[in-house]
Amino acid sequence: MAHEATLPATLAASSRPVRSATTESHLARLTLIAVSLLFVALFILAPLVLVFAEALRNGTGEFLAALTDSDTLSSIRLTLLVAAISVPLNVVFGIAASWAIAKFEFKGKAFLTTLIDLPFSVSPVVSGLIFVLLFSSHSLLGPWLQSHGIKILFAVPGIVLATVFITFPFVARELIPLMQEQGTADEEAALSLGASGWQTFWYVTLPNIRWGLLYGVLLCNARAMGEFGAVSVVSGHIRGVTNTMPLQVEILYNEYSFVAAFAVAALLALLALVTLVVKSLLEFRYSAQIAASRRH
Amino acid sequence: MALTSARGWQFRQPSVLPGFGLALGVTLLWLTLIVLIPLSGLAWRSSALGWQTFWSLATDPRTLHALWISFGCAFLAALVNVVFGVMLAWVLVRYRFPGRRVIDAMVDLPFALPTAVAGIALTTLYAPNGWIGAVLAPLGIKIAFTPAGIVVALIFVGLPFVVRTVQPIMEEIDREVEEAAATLGANRFQTVSRILLPDLLPAVLTGFALALARGVGEYGSVIFIAGNLPYVSEIAPLLIVIRLEEFNYPAATAIAALMLMVSFAMLLVINLIQAWSRRRYGYGA
Amino acid sequence: MDVRVKDIRKEFSHLPALENLSLDIRSGELIALLGPSGSGKTTLLRLIAGLESPTRGTIYFGEEDASSKTVQERNIGFVFQHYALFRHMTVLDNVAFGLTIRPSGTRPPKAEIRRRALDLLDLVQLSGLEKRYPAQLSGGQRQRVALARAMAVEPNVLLLDEPFGALDAQVRKELRRWLREIHDRTGHTTVFVTHDQDEALELADRVVVMSKGRIEQVGTPDEIYDAPNSPFVFGFIGESNCLPVRVESGQIWLEDRLIGLSAPGEADGSARLFFRPHDIELVDGCGGCLAGIVVQSRRVAGTRHVEIEIGAGRARVEIEVPPQKAIGEASRLAFRPTRFKLFRD
Repeated sequence: MAHEATLPATLAASSRPVRSATTESHLARLTLIAVSLLFVALFILAPLVLVFAEALRNGTGEFLAALTDSDTLSSIRLTLLVAAISVPLNVVFGIAASWAIAKFEFKGKAFLTTLIDLPFSVSPVVSGLIFVLLFSSHSLLGPWLQSHGIKILFAVPGIVLATVFITFPFVARELIPLMQEQGTADEEAALSLGASGWQTFWYVTLPNIRWGLLYGVLLCNARAMGEFGAVSVVSGHIRGVTNTMPLQVEILYNEYSFVAAFAVAALLALLALVTLVVKSLLEFRYSAQIAASRRH
Repeated sequence: MALTSARGWQFRQPSVLPGFGLALGVTLLWLTLIVLIPLSGLAWRSSALGWQTFWSLATDPRTLHALWISFGCAFLAALVNVVFGVMLAWVLVRYRFPGRRVIDAMVDLPFALPTAVAGIALTTLYAPNGWIGAVLAPLGIKIAFTPAGIVVALIFVGLPFVVRTVQPIMEEIDREVEEAAATLGANRFQTVSRILLPDLLPAVLTGFALALARGVGEYGSVIFIAGNLPYVSEIAPLLIVIRLEEFNYPAATAIAALMLMVSFAMLLVINLIQAWSRRRYGYGA
Repeated sequence: MDVRVKDIRKEFSHLPALENLSLDIRSGELIALLGPSGSGKTTLLRLIAGLESPTRGTIYFGEEDASSKTVQERNIGFVFQHYALFRHMTVLDNVAFGLTIRPSGTRPPKAEIRRRALDLLDLVQLSGLEKRYPAQLSGGQRQRVALARAMAVEPNVLLLDEPFGALDAQVRKELRRWLREIHDRTGHTTVFVTHDQDEALELADRVVVMSKGRIEQVGTPDEIYDAPNSPFVFGFIGESNCLPVRVESGQIWLEDRLIGLSAPGEADGSARLFFRPHDIELVDGCGGCLAGIVVQSRRVAGTRHVEIEIGAGRARVEIEVPPQKAIGEASRLAFRPTRFKLFRD
């Protein structure tokens, strides 16, 4: 007590530290955090939690039964098949496109980049429609395809095409800024040491971009498995044949089989969560490599 | 080499790296097959309609209503997302609190979650007997199966566009700028409203435009919650699907062509914002 | 306005950045805080500004205790190392900002604000650029806008953090002279931080040399250069040589030799001898001098720098000799400091 009474005046005066000039008051901060968290809770977290809650509402028995339904199983198989075809195709394309765009200077580069991004700005339904217009019996190609017995619309090829279109930019978009940032010095060094073009790509370029590539593949895959609008337009909704998981969710939901619908939805939500977790881990561990392409 | 560089016009600058021809060839081939041919098919089909048919299909009242609803709801949702998205980005960039990393990661959920899943989840949530709908119902607020439901779905879909566009720019704000404002006598509110927010304007506008563009074309998450009443809560992409199911290809084509034009216009607007931002602010959002 | 810093201590997460430091800054003075990075000079500047609050101690503006005032209330002008211009505002709006945000009671009318901002732009020689945006200016121009902006609020004291640090050498020199002119014309009390001794010595009325959170010496540039009061200042300012010596009955010894320098009144014991490379005279033969083997000889502009190894300890010193003097490597050279200073260990 005696000590406190004899505190020098200067110490007493500065015991109220002047608030930092670059932050808000405590109250403002708490309010902003609270409002933001509430917003995220209402619009993002609540739907996610609800999916699992509804799927498990009647216990795990019914959940598993819903998933082992034969139509549902075939929708899962189809979704995996579509992703297994379209993702690798877009990986090859993405690497080729980013190699050409990031490592070389040529006329019309900016325009080419815009064209690659195009599918992002087209409505999914329009994306589906363009393939319908191309392959339907009213189209130029339609009658020819029909006479040769090739079925594209309302069949797996149409679904794959629509998915490839929708997921077209994902890999290239992640890789282009990354490869641009890394420049060409490493490759030039490898070439000067006598490596061939493929060796240079395999031993120098690919290791440099592998995490960015994985990140792009992840996003591409999530979208490929989850695409609804475009696939819905080209699939024809044939049960057990051309229904992907998202379409199966729609059908079950419209038939009021809510638990079954949410069971399939939960599977897709799980895929989304895994995607987010791996994405966060990658961002955390390889932030420098991925930062360049952080923006979507 | 000497020959090509002697000419004034040159397709590409010389480089020792190999594989340009192969890489560009694969890119152009794939781009043409997957994107350009199908899209030009749409352009060709809609031009084959003839101007008069196209105009009468495009100005059909139901089409106009659907476009108006898609656009209006997307606009409202983008506005909401600008307010809360900027706030959320600020909180994530500036404050440290438990669970921040998780929230940051969850912002990307709308990118990763299939739209159909989001659609049925939001519908169940905001239906009169749902978790949130049941709270709002006694207050006389109906969300699901009304245009308000469309806005809710589009808020979900568009949020990451605003946050992820604004966040990196916010992270790069120089603390010195805020300190400079303070040394000149600005209180915190003045610093935020006159310095920080105007500085973020290009990024905010870009985020708004991206969310708007996505919202106008969105289908999966909306159709479950919208109620889909013609002239009231029927969105343009749904009308395309309906016309297709009626085998009314000309009408579907016309609406799709209109939407494609809207997409291109949005793309142009976004590029203009970025060009303006680079010139004026020295950064591209 | 004069500014007094009294017994200031500043800790960052319990590590002291400044220790019990006091400094009087006289009204109208141009003062430099000079020191290596980590010496605490920027922290001191930010404490005066109110951008940091001290762990202990008081800062007076005139007679008034400013310690508990916020940065906004202190009415200071601060120029940041990277200018911190508002990039969405024109040059004119940047300069006028401090006046336009004042509450309506003390805010000058619009036309008056504009006139004052234009006057200041004229003062910093940027007339005609008022409609530009910062992104459209060069580094030197941005720095001038930053200075005009800080002066617009008629600050009690003008604080500059490494004002020329981000500029290239040529622009730096120009702006240095120009800042002195501006100061002489406006008479603001000005404190600037620098790690460049040429800048401090050329520009400031008084220089504060800092090291490890303490003030080593305060004085005019002449005092600092000619009479450094610590080994640190001697070593930090200008070129210097240091030799371990011994004092015995008023005479200075290097190893087993008398070097012909006396230190009357100094107590016996070991010491360090400091002298500048140009404060020497060459001597022939050696009865009481420093002598050694030439290791290297380089012509630098108007003089010749000669590096010499002295004695069994092979201590290296560098001296300056007239360029016409021919000096072969491995030859022997003898000299004697004409000015020196002894520091006891």
